Amino acid sequence: MLHTAGVVLWKDLRIEMRTRDAIGAAFVFSLLVMVIFNFALDANTPEMRRLAAGFFWVAFAFSGTLALNRSFALEKESGAGRALVFAPVDAAGVYLGKFLANVLFLLVTQIIVLPAFIVFFDTGVVADRWWALVLSFVLGATGFAAVGTLFSAVASNTRMRELLLPLLFLPVTVPALIAAVETTSFALGATDSASFWFRLLVVYDVVFITVSLLIFEYALEE
Amino acid sequence: MSQRRIADHLTDYALFLCMTASIAMMFFYAPIEREMGIVQKIFYFHVPLAWNAFLGFTIVFFCSFRYLATRDPKWDARAVSAAEVGVLFTTLVLITGPIWAKPVWGIWWTWDARLTLTFVLWLIYLGYLMLRRYIDSPERRSALAAIVGIVGFVDVPLVYFAIRWWRTQHPQPVIMGGDDSGLDPRMATTLWVSTAAYLLLFTALYRRRLRLEYARAEVDALRDEMEGRQS
Repeated sequence: MLHTAGVVLWKDLRIEMRTRDAIGAAFVFSLLVMVIFNFALDANTPEMRRLAAGFFWVAFAFSGTLALNRSFALEKESGAGRALVFAPVDAAGVYLGKFLANVLFLLVTQIIVLPAFIVFFDTGVVADRWWALVLSFVLGATGFAAVGTLFSAVASNTRMRELLLPLLFLPVTVPALIAAVETTSFALGATDSASFWFRLLVVYDVVFITVSLLIFEYALEE
Repeated sequence: MSQRRIADHLTDYALFLCMTASIAMMFFYAPIEREMGIVQKIFYFHVPLAWNAFLGFTIVFFCSFRYLATRDPKWDARAVSAAEVGVLFTTLVLITGPIWAKPVWGIWWTWDARLTLTFVLWLIYLGYLMLRRYIDSPERRSALAAIVGIVGFVDVPLVYFAIRWWRTQHPQPVIMGGDDSGLDPRMATTLWVSTAAYLLLFTALYRRRLRLEYARAEVDALRDEMEGRQS
């Protein structure tokens, strides 16, 4: 299973390094969402500092769906999806590889969006809370990718493809989104405690990675 | 076949009696609530609808699970039937809720834990129904829908705890006290009769929807066979 995961992960990373499709699109889209927020809500007010983490994660939830869509659309376009199905490997391994690739794409997107976000919303990470930001990003991206990878495979099998993923994915990620916003808020100094939210994120991640590993084979077959 | 007919008729008669009784009890037996007045009567629609909607989503989860385990199309037919009636009931919950809330709370909507959970559930199962429309192969449709049926249900407690905690951290003007704590016995009886009535309504709609699903599958199979012969 781990070997399959490694091969799939390496394949996706190489494709991404050559094309930069997923990260590039997600990055530009995140910036666009921030620009739209600025016009819609006037970001030059002190109130915005408190809400900054919310804007970040909303931008990220939307742009993340672009990257996640790419994950299985890629296989469908080239007809490689069928090869994956017929390959004599464990479906859970394929899921794990795809999932890890998506976690990395989401994390890289977050890291390159972060400076722009700090500049636009005039906010900053509290000195001794860098660990909280790192944890928030990693656990949040993991939760998004856990459900997103499974649903990306589901959506890629439909006639609507890209349109269906956000409809399925966003409602299910509500708990992860709330927890991610709260933990990032904590890192930015907007709240004083977030231990419950860190725990909720961990539970969310564990639950959905487990469920996905168990049922992914049904999403893959033709 | 005839046994099924009899069961249908029995459900319909029971539904008719129970629904009539519940509406009569609502207006002539249950006392008028002191503070909310006549508006509180919507309670006897709203709460049973919500409970039965949750029942529907539980059935979706169970049948989705059974489908993946057995690959028997009947489980998928049951799941989709329960999901459709569940979404219908949830829609009614979301409509009756604000009608009740406006005169009592002074607002149509508040992002309270239960309200938000109901709304998120409604979105998840609308997604479930939409997904089904865009997959042509019946086996693919059943398997992929089952995945969403399982993941959506596993999500319910997480959504609930997240929103509840989120709300306790951010105090709000309106907090629904526990209804059941100080409920008049006559109100409680009415609520139970009403719940039974909506359970029967759920059953009647579910059975019909299930038969429609079987008929649809049969038509599809016949059409495939016909096209196979032509070519």
